[in-house]
Amino acid sequence: MSVSMSKEKAAKTGSLRAKDIIITVVILLICVLSILPLYILVVNSTRSSGDITGSGVSLIPGLNLFKNIATLQDWTATGKVEYNALVGYVNSGIIALSTTFLTVLFSAMTAYGIVVYDFRLKNASYTFILAVMMIPVQVTSVGFYQFMAKIGLTDSYLPLILPAVAAPAIVFFMRQSMKSSFPLEIVEAARIDGCGEYRTFFTIAVPMMKPAIAVQAIFAFVSNWNYYYMPSMILISRNSKQMTLPMMVNTILSNDKLADFGAKYAAIMLSIVPVVIVYLIFSKFIVEGVALGGVKE
Amino acid sequence: MANTSSKRVRSISYAKYGYLFILPFFVIYCVFQIYPLVNTFYLSTQSNGSTQTEFVGLDNFEALLVGENGTVSYGENAGNKGGRAWKAANGDFTRVMGNTIILWVGNFIPQILISLVLAAWFTNSLLKIKGKSVYKILMYLPNIITAASSAALFVMLFSGTELGAINNLLLKMKLIDSPIPFVTGVSQSRVMIMIIQTWMWYGNTTIMLMSGIMGINGSLFEAASIDGATMTQQFFRITLPLLRPIMLYTVVTSMIGGLQMFDMPYLYKSGTVVTRHVETVAVYIYNHFHSAVSPNYGYSAAASVLLFILTGILGAFAFAMNRDKDQKHQKRRKQNKLL
Repeated sequence: MSVSMSKEKAAKTGSLRAKDIIITVVILLICVLSILPLYILVVNSTRSSGDITGSGVSLIPGLNLFKNIATLQDWTATGKVEYNALVGYVNSGIIALSTTFLTVLFSAMTAYGIVVYDFRLKNASYTFILAVMMIPVQVTSVGFYQFMAKIGLTDSYLPLILPAVAAPAIVFFMRQSMKSSFPLEIVEAARIDGCGEYRTFFTIAVPMMKPAIAVQAIFAFVSNWNYYYMPSMILISRNSKQMTLPMMVNTILSNDKLADFGAKYAAIMLSIVPVVIVYLIFSKFIVEGVALGGVKE
Repeated sequence: MANTSSKRVRSISYAKYGYLFILPFFVIYCVFQIYPLVNTFYLSTQSNGSTQTEFVGLDNFEALLVGENGTVSYGENAGNKGGRAWKAANGDFTRVMGNTIILWVGNFIPQILISLVLAAWFTNSLLKIKGKSVYKILMYLPNIITAASSAALFVMLFSGTELGAINNLLLKMKLIDSPIPFVTGVSQSRVMIMIIQTWMWYGNTTIMLMSGIMGINGSLFEAASIDGATMTQQFFRITLPLLRPIMLYTVVTSMIGGLQMFDMPYLYKSGTVVTRHVETVAVYIYNHFHSAVSPNYGYSAAASVLLFILTGILGAFAFAMNRDKDQKHQKRRKQNKLL
């Protein structure tokens, strides 16, 4: 709005104020709906089972959180459930961290190879990556599973971690960001200074690509932590020492003999704590990353 | 830059590093994706259950699409331990595809409507909305919550007995006489999955559309508001038409995502019963090969091949759009350089 504001415009801003308030209220309502289920989850995890069955929904927390967690531990100890939050954290953590590491490292390497070097299959390999980017995991999973079963790699973390080396979508994003923000002259300058190709990549390119790598790493971590499909497919024996957190949560759900609602809610609550913490720390990057994905610059 | 000697240095002596850098990607991709893909195609021509090494041609496809016309039911002798008895597929693909489409449409329409309105509000410079970044963070939150945990939470909240939290509340408020089967009922469970999917994804779509709207030249809005265009007019006359390519892209990518919809339809259930009316293509594929007793690779692989074809068609659209965008971008860049 410019300095010379006519009366008409002033009136308009007046009506806009009212609009501002209404719209803000609607947005706030939507936000409340967004977090309400999670709020109820946290509240219910602190209430006693009797309290919950008495009145299903309450907005006031109870005092039974530790008692509920103790019940949960008791279930685990007596083998009633295959849920063990700590084991789940460790298992999901191992898988999520190693897949994230492999994904960002090798995606950055592949993107670097395609952007920096000139070789005959350069365009062909990039076109290939673009073409396979959209193939859903479900399409290959029958063949994948049968293959793994044949070579005896079910119930192993290897088929869950190793494929992370090849992530076409992430290569695509890394290439885009490199194209726009990585000056190739630096590579030549490094060569003149006698820097080896791998050293150039690790000591010059990787630090320069840190922002892009960080965004992809956060996304990769969250999605691998949450991943249900592959782990439940490969870890077929449902060994409680091996299961990931989402699988453990699912065993709670599929067991309808468990009567203590407070403890069940506590189990679900504990399963989302780490990912919520990661999100709250990195939310700004994540929201920016989503926006980037939309425009695909 | 166009110096020939420097170019030669790059193209001749360093080409092998290009291959070395991309080699791990391609080796792993071939072993863990290409071979399984080929294997899936191969398995789609093989029989099911315990007799899985028999070549049956296109019988699986026929069974999946139209049902078996008096031919041998390969699934009949498959394992039926643990209540996992697979009968022969009788046009199953049409059923699960129908489920997939219903669930996708039902979650995409509310999602895109909410997201469009929110994105238009958030990007409107005339509106003074405080705390935008906080709202965005809250709206995206459901998307990062583990789907298995969300499913468990909603099943507990909406469980069909009077002990389920929502049923309990509704009964207490005397709004209903008997508990509603939110988890097991046909339309109820579908609607619930649509709601949960919308809840999970609208934040993501909002942020994507916002960045699309912010890509529109701001002076257009300025000019329009100087000429006295209202917010609604601006939305329908400027935002929507210019947002069309991004909307189209969102629709196509969401359709591809919808074809793969697995987590919610699979996990939103009580006990271990397979819920047929929310069984999507992805759930069908999974259920059929993932049986410790005796997997039906044939049906499962044939369904995968059909899914692959459908995704391929949609993917080609998205790919073409993306390339157009790239080319336009490059053209613009060239023009800028010339200027």
